[in-house]
Amino acid sequence: MINLIKKNRFLLLRRVSQISLMVLYIAANIWGLNILVGNLSSSKLFDVIPLSDPYAVLQMFAAGALIATDIIIGAVIIILFYMFIGGRAFCSWVCPVNMITDLSNYIRRKFEFNKIQKRQPASRNIRYYVLALSLIISFFMGITAFEFISPVSMIHRGIIFGLGFGWAAILIIFLFDLFVLKNGWCGHICPIGGFYSLIGKFSFIRVHHNHENCTACMKCKEVCPESQVLFMVTKDSIPVVSGECTNCGRCVEVCDDEALNFSIKNLKRKYNEIN
Amino acid sequence: MSNNIPKKDQKMNRREFFLNSARAVGLAALGGLMWSAYVDEVTASTLLLRPPAALKEDDFLKTCIKCGMCVEACPYDTLMLAKPGDNKPLGTPYFVPREIPCYMCPDIPCVPVCPTGALDEKLVTTNNKLDIKKADMGVAVIDDNSCIAFWGIQCDACYRACPILGEAITVEYTKNERTGKHAFLKPVVHADACTGCGLCEKACVTEKAAIFVLPREVALGKAGDYYIKGWDKNDEKRLEKATSKITKTKLSERKAVDSLNDLGGILDD
Ligand code: SF4
Ligand code: SF4
Ligand code: SF4
Ligand code: SF4
Repeated sequence: MINLIKKNRFLLLRRVSQISLMVLYIAANIWGLNILVGNLSSSKLFDVIPLSDPYAVLQMFAAGALIATDIIIGAVIIILFYMFIGGRAFCSWVCPVNMITDLSNYIRRKFEFNKIQKRQPASRNIRYYVLALSLIISFFMGITAFEFISPVSMIHRGIIFGLGFGWAAILIIFLFDLFVLKNGWCGHICPIGGFYSLIGKFSFIRVHHNHENCTACMKCKEVCPESQVLFMVTKDSIPVVSGECTNCGRCVEVCDDEALNFSIKNLKRKYNEIN
Repeated sequence: MSNNIPKKDQKMNRREFFLNSARAVGLAALGGLMWSAYVDEVTASTLLLRPPAALKEDDFLKTCIKCGMCVEACPYDTLMLAKPGDNKPLGTPYFVPREIPCYMCPDIPCVPVCPTGALDEKLVTTNNKLDIKKADMGVAVIDDNSCIAFWGIQCDACYRACPILGEAITVEYTKNERTGKHAFLKPVVHADACTGCGLCEKACVTEKAAIFVLPREVALGKAGDYYIKGWDKNDEKRLEKATSKITKTKLSERKAVDSLNDLGGILDD
């Protein structure tokens, strides 16, 4: 039992984080408990600190909206926060869609779909194209383009304010990830993930691989939703450099040989490497 | 590119590269097109009532971040965020007066909480004080065919429900010629004072409300600048600055009388 918890400690913490954020938002809406008011697009913490989705604000810029100072401050706070802890920590620790796609992925592993469908036919760069496209459309239509189709906001808003047909979005993403493309939505398409990947390039908190301990069991690559970032496994002792790592810590907890761990990026060493 | 790749393969690689790029561009264009069409579709519905102090629809759609803070602030649960399937711009706040109208709170809690300025306090402020009477959510319109007051049945439900009765809505007395001994008590909406809160629509006793709120751009016409109210001193001032423009066509080269008298070969000479 203790072992089971230890083997899933980050997973459990992540679910606690995702769910308690949701509960706080719902509590604000239903009981007027004003700790965290609003939703992932924009919210207010303790009635004073503004937080807002920088990607949505970027679309507002592209659309040519007049942008209030509050929302800029909110976006800057969020950007700085994720720059420090790793951009895609948003994906694995906050975003509600992650629970859906993780479930698809879990079923895939259990039923060994991955063994049947070996090669993934789509590029992981699609998300950056979608990101660019969303800004182009925002610019030409004068509208925050992704916000009108975003299943992420749709589902999150839905849980707080009522779902409507939003369950269809949940189902589509679930089935898409399950049958069409492994890690399809989060790992290939979602421009929010793309956006945070770009921010995550600078993050301080990194997964570090120590190749002397590694026994090449490949459990980490098996569970990692962005396995391309673990290219150094078995080969090199370096930290994960790609911003696409979601800092979910799944690899750390499944590794039986202590070859992977979180580390704070060593600025000095980086400096030495460059020179 | 490295030089030890045979020429033929290099050519293949280049071809593959161009083909792949073209494919990506094509896919992006197709996706973009569908995406724009969809957004165009959902943002086109103009029959939507926004919270008080909302910017003009175009700017509103750019600015609203769909956070629902206004929705949470409203003590009457008036406001809703459009859900998938509502056929309204997804995630944006609106209200349906016949269900829950806006109660025109004097402190307008829904407006100052908006983080983006999509709800603009300036639009509901006079002399630095919040003033809900300046709100412009829409304007009430009466269908005089289904309003029973126009039939001669006594009803003043809408009039009494209006928070600014006497200004936004008045009752007009006219003689009922059919009975000879009764009066019509007809409600009249004054568009300049009406805020579009919808309390009248909620109160209306008919099966489907005979008075209802529409967005101002939808409900009201526009006379244009060509007409001047001669009896209105202010309006007549516009004449002072007026310029005139003469359109010349082929016909106007001649005098009007001449062109009228010109039989243009209709009769035999
Ligand atoms: S990729 Fe998108 S949907 Fe997936 S977890 Fe990140 S933000 Fe959420
Ligand atoms: S490398 Fe590890 S922390 Fe990063 S996404 Fe993969 S499993 Fe998660
Ligand atoms: S003025 Fe009051 S009743 Fe009307 S929408 Fe705002 S909070 Fe709700
Ligand atoms: S508070 Fe402002 S930004 Fe948020 S949903 Fe309401 S109008 Fe939109």
